Amino acid sequence: MTDQGIGASVKRKEDLRFITGKGQYVDDINRQGQSYAIFVRSPHAHANIKGIDAKAALAAPGVLAIFTGEDLAADKIGGLICGWMIHSKDGSPMKAGPHPALAQGKVRYVGDHVAVVIAETLDQAKDAAEKVAVDYDVLPAAVDPAKTQRSGQPQVHAEAPNNTVYQWHLGDKDAVDAAFAKAAHVTKLDIVNNRLVPNAMEPRAAIGEYDSGTDNLTLWTTSQNPHVARLVLSAFVGIAPEHKLRVIAPDVGGGFGSKIFIYAEETVCIWAARKINRPVKWTADRSEAFYSDAHGRDHVTTAELAVDKAGTILALRANTKANLGAYLSTFASSVPTYLYAPLLSGQYNIPAIYCEVDGVYTNTTPVDAYRGAGRPEATFVIERLVEVAARETGRDPAEFRRQNFITQFPHQTPVIMAYDTGDYAACLDKALAMADYKTFGQRKAASAAKGKLRGIGFSAYIEACGIAPSRAVGSLGAGVGLWESAEIRVNPVGTVEVLTGSHSHGQGHETTMAQIISSKLGVPIDSVSIVHGDTDKVQMGMGTYGSRSGAVGGSAIVKAAEKVIAKGKRVAAACMEVEEDQVDFEAGEFSARGTNKKMTFGEVALQAYVAHKFDPEKIEPGLKETSFYDPKNFTFPSGVHIAEVEIDMATGVTKVDRWTAVDDFGVLINPMIVEGQVHGGIAQGVGQALLEGARYDETGQLVTASFMDYGMPRAADVPSFNVAMTNTPCPSNPLGVKGCGEAGAIAAPAAMVNAITNALGHEGIAMPATPQAVWRAIQKMPRKAAE
Amino acid sequence: MYAFDYRRPHSLNEADLALKAHPGAKLLAGGQTLIPAMKLRLAEPGQVVDLGGIGDLKGITQKDGAIRIGAMTTHAAVAESTVVAAALPGLAALAAGIGDPHVRNRGTIGGSVANNDPGADYPAAVLALGATVHTSKRAIGADQFFNGLFSTVLEESEIITHIDFPVAERFAYAKFANPASRYALVGVAVAKSKSGVRVAVTGAGASGVYRLPQAETALAASFSAKAVDGLKIDASNLMSDIHAEADYRAHLIGVMLRRAVG
Repeated sequence: MTDQGIGASVKRKEDLRFITGKGQYVDDINRQGQSYAIFVRSPHAHANIKGIDAKAALAAPGVLAIFTGEDLAADKIGGLICGWMIHSKDGSPMKAGPHPALAQGKVRYVGDHVAVVIAETLDQAKDAAEKVAVDYDVLPAAVDPAKTQRSGQPQVHAEAPNNTVYQWHLGDKDAVDAAFAKAAHVTKLDIVNNRLVPNAMEPRAAIGEYDSGTDNLTLWTTSQNPHVARLVLSAFVGIAPEHKLRVIAPDVGGGFGSKIFIYAEETVCIWAARKINRPVKWTADRSEAFYSDAHGRDHVTTAELAVDKAGTILALRANTKANLGAYLSTFASSVPTYLYAPLLSGQYNIPAIYCEVDGVYTNTTPVDAYRGAGRPEATFVIERLVEVAARETGRDPAEFRRQNFITQFPHQTPVIMAYDTGDYAACLDKALAMADYKTFGQRKAASAAKGKLRGIGFSAYIEACGIAPSRAVGSLGAGVGLWESAEIRVNPVGTVEVLTGSHSHGQGHETTMAQIISSKLGVPIDSVSIVHGDTDKVQMGMGTYGSRSGAVGGSAIVKAAEKVIAKGKRVAAACMEVEEDQVDFEAGEFSARGTNKKMTFGEVALQAYVAHKFDPEKIEPGLKETSFYDPKNFTFPSGVHIAEVEIDMATGVTKVDRWTAVDDFGVLINPMIVEGQVHGGIAQGVGQALLEGARYDETGQLVTASFMDYGMPRAADVPSFNVAMTNTPCPSNPLGVKGCGEAGAIAAPAAMVNAITNALGHEGIAMPATPQAVWRAIQKMPRKAAE
Repeated sequence: MYAFDYRRPHSLNEADLALKAHPGAKLLAGGQTLIPAMKLRLAEPGQVVDLGGIGDLKGITQKDGAIRIGAMTTHAAVAESTVVAAALPGLAALAAGIGDPHVRNRGTIGGSVANNDPGADYPAAVLALGATVHTSKRAIGADQFFNGLFSTVLEESEIITHIDFPVAERFAYAKFANPASRYALVGVAVAKSKSGVRVAVTGAGASGVYRLPQAETALAASFSAKAVDGLKIDASNLMSDIHAEADYRAHLIGVMLRRAVG
């Protein structure tokens, strides 16, 4: 343990380069002979392509090539894949239409890719793209996820009748029906979980390059998981075999899930680079990001909670229509199924749960994982139900939760998950104290005196992170294993390079992973380099999403470090001429028990490489170890967030006045970074609750296609957060960590809507609770509360 | 952005000549609307004449009971001006609430008024204060200047030189910002002077900035929030969009009016 190790709030090593403009993002990279790609995109939500006339565009200055879906098909380039097979309740596999990288005969959403124009300069490519004449036969569009399965709706894919990809379910329907039949009270809610546009600060970008001398391809791409991108592009799309394709994800400016997926643009860039034997670069502008980055959420749900006379929850039932958009994105099928329904038990002892999910196609941008991915939707369902059930049965919402908390661990829920550890009451008690819950009434009266409404809302969330045990997800339909790799290369002078299959795009891995090494090997963090994001350097990895990098990637580093120590002990024993089991390692020092012999970590590293003092028959030279770590279980971060809002009755403006967050992330590697993750997550959750919401008109045009109409949360929209932690260490990984990257975004929407509805005195408001929506809800307030 | 020809004259005369030589040229007066529109290829001017090099168009002075603001004076300069703060603090506050620091340090009053964006703040101040817009050709009264969404009586080759704002006894502007763009969803400017009360509304009108005569009459009789409490605002001439239907805008006009009166 050093003062820079696990638990220390050291400053982020990567920030110097980011805040001084020295980051190297994909768009900062320029290759010799580079050309520029512009995509011709569909202006229609649904249309047949009768013809594409590119003659005038091909003749435009600087144009090198124009390709369409026919060219990809002629080269036998496959479509984009969805990597998680979901089976419907009748046992049939999900019904997915093809997802070509460039449209073949039909476009299915505004922004769909029709052709690519490649030119010497970006402006020439743009000019020529305007000259590509596409003859569309415009069709009616299916837009509303609640209506798209009805007869007479336009069909997005012939392969999926009634626009239904799957009708999936989880849980015991009969047990739930029986529980509802004997319930003293049933709370029922109709819930819309609004569609979100991710809006990472850095838009997506790609550069494809072909080396005709070696027949090697290199793709620079804004990816959260470059190895998965290489695997998909090689094994499924057919770009090149893995050993001929290098994928590099350099500095990446935020992902929030949207950069997990393998998109059309990078596929076309890397394919076209070989086709024209020139590097091909594409960088999205913000408008393209709105149209073509996979969106998040978009559920329409009816949910019910059965409660007995004593206030004990008996059962939960939910029916969800999940909008998957026009094509299945890389992990789209899993988000509203296995990342959603297994979390519906929340922190509560619920004997019976039954959830049905219809995954549906619409003529809209594909929908996939976005910060939280399924778990915010589940938390919103259970935490709204619990809050409203408490109100309807005249119970305090905090005490109603406490009464139903799970208190014995491990706990097997009726929906797959086995919670390993937690202390939900401890979080609640701490949050109630920090939020001054007892004096809320005084603050409410003070607000009322100013003509304002005040409300308080809870969200006691749970999430499943650290995805995931490979065998478990394999049995549920995942196409890949979800382990993580680490390689530790100790240099002869004792400095350390760590190669991780995780990818950092804002999380601060260069700091936190160095802290793990500092704790385990006793070296300062400045002696540690973290290498990630390059398939030529890191052999294989599964990437960063689902709050998995600490729990899975960090654990792999621990396992590799243990192997380094074991090898180091053998080298040290030989050098000190003692038995191997006599050697201890602590705080960067190898010592021989019962003697005064000692060697520093650096001295042992040097001896490992000079190899003068041991028998090569018994000990190999060098100090480099690898681990592939596959977790035993998911991790289960949990916490209690309490939002307090004040509403201006005259305008409907909701001010977030106070925010209390008490989270149990297990062991914290860097508490400062963890707090930052909580802050960012809450801001995104408040954004979903108050401001954000992608809206399509009935023809499938995205109405909120820029920041002029899509409201993003800003610093002034959130208060100074009151954040604290509890710690029940995760028993299933060697670090005891649970993951913290998504918690705020999972907890916040329910806390916000519970607070707003508490202020209003009725449940009639949906997200985003914009000033207009809140003002209209104020007009519907019960007379007494309004006065 | 399409290729365009760029001129940066150093006098009004040079600017006039450039405009005469290139009919259809666009004036660049800070570029907070024009440049983004060009970047999105929504605007395609062949020639751009940048007024930023003409020193005479910048500056703030007080003379004969009016504040004179040069057309190329930035929002930040108005917000920070001690002259404006002393004579028309409400105007300084309005300028300080436009956009963000980047916009305020590039955008100019002349550019804003000439563009007449229905969500812009300055047109409400020009109209409420009964300002006079001076151009390279004439002086135009506020009541004649604005004539619809993104439209004014300015001719093709006419350049705003400065705007004279009569100093009022009281002037205040209350804005309700669009939750996404932060432009005015509704902005109400109220000016009280010896000649009476003028009220202008921006952000809401289907034809852009407009006056609210019934509020002016009520406030002339009694300048208090109470005097306009319950005032019926006609929603039939207001914009409706995803952020605010006309009835909500009408309601907000009443709220912002009362807040501007204070």
